[in-house]
Amino acid sequence: MRGSGNLLVCSLVLAFACKKEQGSGLVGANAKGPIVIGEVGSMTGTEATFGTSSDRGIQLAIKEINASGGINGRQLQAIALDDEGKPEEAATAATRLIASEHVTALIGEVASTRSLFMAPKAQAAKVPMISPSSTNEKVTQIGNYIFRACFIDPFQGYVMAKFASENLKLKKVAILRDVRNDYSVGLARVFTENFTKMGGHIVSNESYSQGDVDFKAQLTNIKSAAPDALYVPGYYTDVGLVARQAREVGLTLPLLGGDGWDSERLYEIGGAALDGSYFSNHYSVDDPSPRIQEYVSKFKKEYGGQVPDSISAQAYDATGMLADAMKHAKDLTGPSIRDALAATKDFHGVTGDISMDANRNPVKPAVVLKIAPGGKYLFSARIMPEGMADKSPAGSQGTPPAGAPAPEGAAAAQAVPAGDQPKK
Amino acid sequence: MRDLLQHIVDGVSLGAIYALIALGYTMVYGVLKLINFAHGDVFMIGSMVGWYASARWTGEARNPSVLGAIAVTLLAMVVCGLLGFVIERLAYRPLRNAPRINSLITAIGVSFFLEYGGQYLFGPNPRSFGILPHRAAMDIGGLSIGYVDVVTIVISVVLMVVLQRIVFHTRIGTAMRAVSWNPSVAALMGVNIDFVVSFTFVLGSVLAAAAGILYASKYPSVHPLMGLMPGLKAFVAAVLGGIGNVPGAMLGGLLLGLAEQLVSGYGSSSWRDAVAFSILILILLVKPAGLLGRTDAEKV
Repeated sequence: MRGSGNLLVCSLVLAFACKKEQGSGLVGANAKGPIVIGEVGSMTGTEATFGTSSDRGIQLAIKEINASGGINGRQLQAIALDDEGKPEEAATAATRLIASEHVTALIGEVASTRSLFMAPKAQAAKVPMISPSSTNEKVTQIGNYIFRACFIDPFQGYVMAKFASENLKLKKVAILRDVRNDYSVGLARVFTENFTKMGGHIVSNESYSQGDVDFKAQLTNIKSAAPDALYVPGYYTDVGLVARQAREVGLTLPLLGGDGWDSERLYEIGGAALDGSYFSNHYSVDDPSPRIQEYVSKFKKEYGGQVPDSISAQAYDATGMLADAMKHAKDLTGPSIRDALAATKDFHGVTGDISMDANRNPVKPAVVLKIAPGGKYLFSARIMPEGMADKSPAGSQGTPPAGAPAPEGAAAAQAVPAGDQPKK
Repeated sequence: MRDLLQHIVDGVSLGAIYALIALGYTMVYGVLKLINFAHGDVFMIGSMVGWYASARWTGEARNPSVLGAIAVTLLAMVVCGLLGFVIERLAYRPLRNAPRINSLITAIGVSFFLEYGGQYLFGPNPRSFGILPHRAAMDIGGLSIGYVDVVTIVISVVLMVVLQRIVFHTRIGTAMRAVSWNPSVAALMGVNIDFVVSFTFVLGSVLAAAAGILYASKYPSVHPLMGLMPGLKAFVAAVLGGIGNVPGAMLGGLLLGLAEQLVSGYGSSSWRDAVAFSILILILLVKPAGLLGRTDAEKV
């Protein structure tokens, strides 16, 4: 017991020393102590899995970075604050991390609503902030210090259009969108634009409002239009009910959707009616890519066999991107890290090669998952952004071979087959 | 044509559930002249009891069976019957002679109490509900009729017939009609008003529980605020048919279900709720007594 007591005292002194150093404003390129970054997440509350998953991803990334020598010789350390899933708390936590902990950068939040509350604080203090999983376009529009590690909502519309047209070879698709939800409307719009450009037809365009429970009337209309598939870019509760009722009115086609489907509750509500449906997502544990398999085994080893979800993978990548930017920045001030983060190019993340575009949104691939009987999500295909080739060895299983006939001349330039053209 | 028939089938199935809930509103109004806004939440409690009972009885496997469904439904009816009794005893009876607006506000209070108490006890997340064995829809000449829809319509019709028998062919039914007609005179004639009122609440809540189970089987997502919309719709249905009038509530429910289904089929689903409440406004403007309501009608 004596030994551990001494250790405790030592670490307390050490912690005190760090605090003091930061408090006196010595955070700079010359400091020797650890680099402190702030983390805001919903560790408790109804979305507690968001916060705990991302925390595990961040801790794993930091452990690895420190084990391989840290950032130019300095260790990385994260201070995590819980926002209980409340937007105001996220803003308070960000302010606290910036003002009293003097963090060098911020990681957070998962949910777009909470990132939108945090971002103005980070922007005002010129502290770079990176959100691992907020997909709403508005988040990075707050200011030039705000970044993210995931793709933005409309990209998924493109992903599913490409998958439906090229992998599933579908020509006629019906859409059922949630008119009260920007996410759903955005995905449906981008899907329609791209799918028609690729030579497909939208044969029926129906809508519902979030919280509706009866979709039979819309589904009956959709059935009359005889589509090959139904695109439902909504959230899991609604989608589960849609799937059941689609089967009840006699629709046997596959349903297509976005990452709003990604919840274990989806299959609980929809059940077998969802078998054979597809949705786009950020990452899949079944993805044969060696980078992902390595991550999955590392994560399992660290956290007692737990399988990492996409939120942890994105948090892991966000931490990696931040550390990478710190290594390349000319010093550790906010503006320098910001510039380095904005210049991120071909960062080899778990969720794909990531480059930042001019709006601080990553250009990176998405995956499409197939729902198998029993509610298992199987990796189906990786879809690259427009004009970007897949360099990953095991990627793009379903992409047609080079030279496959494109539906329209104009579309040929967008549908770049795997490994065919150099990146623009 | 096939689409029209399909919309009608779906509309009748939805309307049958509205009718079951509307009966509770209309009976309480008939006897007490009280609009029991907590009725939609009794319906929610019915679904919740069903969820817990089926989770407990069928265990992890959650194998739905017809026998289990009947047992779960009966249990939900008993629990909601008791709840209806308790609500009336604690919240409304002390206010029976107070101005009517006091009871109305109390009803809203009870409604909030059940909704937010439900959020505290069950949590806000929707839960999946399945007590009936899953069967594919029947295909009759291109028309697909869900197994759940058939069960819903059959059970609703049976319950409505039973209710009609109780109200018009039993002693307690006669007492209910007497209280509805004139409470003071009924009391002078030896009718036990407290018992009749309690019985009315219990009967209405039992029907709400059955509606809750049927609704949750049809739309398997159970959460504490699920009673809000169906409750309001059923209220509209009761007013449409003529509040206080039992056959009127059935007719109102069916018409409302059909109207909603046809509007989302041929118009847009965003107008669904708008249509329901436009009907309420129209009927209050044009025929405030409702379709079947007459000033000299026998009220229950």
